[in-house]
Amino acid sequence: MTAPALYSIILVLLTAFAAGLVGSFALMKRMSLAGDVISHIALPGLGLALLFHFNPLFGAAATLFLGTLLIWRLQQGGTLTTDVAIGVIFTAALAIGTLVTPSEDLIEALFGGFQSLTLPWFLLGVLAVSGIITFIYAFRHKLILALFSPELAAATGINVARLDLYYLLIFSLTILLGLRFLGALLVGALIIVPAATGRQLTHTLPAFLTASSTTSVLSVAIGFLINSYYSHLTLGSVTLNLSLGPAIISVATVLFLLSLLRRKA
Amino acid sequence: MNLLTVKNLYVPIEGKVIVENLSFNLGQSDRLSIVGPNGAGKTVLLKALLGLIPYSGEIVWDPTARIGYVPQKIDADRHLPLTYTDLFNSKCRILKVAAEQIEEIPPSVGLTKEVLATPVGHLSGGYFQRGLIGFALIGKPNVLLLDEPTASLDEPGEEHIYELIHRLQEQYKLAVITVSHDLSFVYRYASSVLCLNKQSVCIGPPQEVLTTEILEKLYGPSFSYYLHDHGDKVHSETESTSFR
Repeated sequence: MTAPALYSIILVLLTAFAAGLVGSFALMKRMSLAGDVISHIALPGLGLALLFHFNPLFGAAATLFLGTLLIWRLQQGGTLTTDVAIGVIFTAALAIGTLVTPSEDLIEALFGGFQSLTLPWFLLGVLAVSGIITFIYAFRHKLILALFSPELAAATGINVARLDLYYLLIFSLTILLGLRFLGALLVGALIIVPAATGRQLTHTLPAFLTASSTTSVLSVAIGFLINSYYSHLTLGSVTLNLSLGPAIISVATVLFLLSLLRRKA
Repeated sequence: MNLLTVKNLYVPIEGKVIVENLSFNLGQSDRLSIVGPNGAGKTVLLKALLGLIPYSGEIVWDPTARIGYVPQKIDADRHLPLTYTDLFNSKCRILKVAAEQIEEIPPSVGLTKEVLATPVGHLSGGYFQRGLIGFALIGKPNVLLLDEPTASLDEPGEEHIYELIHRLQEQYKLAVITVSHDLSFVYRYASSVLCLNKQSVCIGPPQEVLTTEILEKLYGPSFSYYLHDHGDKVHSETESTSFR
């Protein structure tokens, strides 16, 4: 395996770990639906960047940042509710993104794929993952109080609006990290689905965080293996195209379905 | 010395004035009850006192005031993997209070180790409320703000919580502001009562100010009130307003 391919695998595994942590809080904050579709807003940026030949990550980062501010404004009691925003804005982003993305790049923009990384990008990625994990660790007590009761958190001296914004930015950063592998349609699922599995299996907070991160890392690792050994699986007369993003999310979903078999104590 | 001075307070919500021209004081160890019909602005007043919503006028807390707050109702997700141990621990970390300093809180509010380790969504209403009161006690407050602390409880549960609040008030020499629908509680435990219906309708010791005239002004003419002078028991009845 070449070094750039190895960098890529290490970064996506680290991203999966961070996604498990971020996703656990997303689930507890009851924003799993929003979490699943925030990533759609990366698509117009991704598409425009591809169209005008600049780094797609910058395009995606720009629209994700705007989308994050928008979600935050809506959460702070705008005139629209968050579910209306999800119903209208994020599907519209998907439509517009699909229109502007050059067709040869569309499948990869939507569903991701494997891409090698140069050392500087790898180091930048590792820095970003460290930032996400550090944020969750440093702010965990404030996040816990705010998700239990925003009012009680505010009475304890926490600036809940600011905390929400920080959390959403961290959420979007996680999306950005996973975007190249999973694509705009699927990356949200890496944050939400393993966390849903974790919650199904555990009933204490430390166990929940551990289970979510472990499930996320496992999904990515198994998805990678399936993708590298069976990228075109033939079953009788049917050939399945097991590209990376769909393989990872399918594994995550299977793990979630298995977790449903186990009843919590 | 006053712990709290409120002068000419106006609280608007979405452009509508909810609390109008309100003034009152709270002294150390005072037990103030706020009563009034639904929509009178009681919860809004507490939130303004906590600085959670914008207002005009003066709300001045003494620099020595440390506030503990028990909200009316928390819609806790039944599946939330959080226990009161987690929540107490988080508040301690945020306020930089050592864990040993809160060891006496769980027994003083009647929370056992098992209850502390049970996810909050699985607790009964009474234990949930005790947890909230325990949570408010972290950081050694000298004033407690309680918003209908018994709203979700049955009658025996209500009694236990009222007794608990009264005991904590004596034990920690707390000033207490309680929003309550229960006039018998007000009679038994409050040193003064603030009748609120957007504006202050009355303020003073409950035995003096809770006259039939005032209560009719507060709750409307359909209100009928019977004071049974057996000990300190008071019963209230109304055709249109439920107090329990």
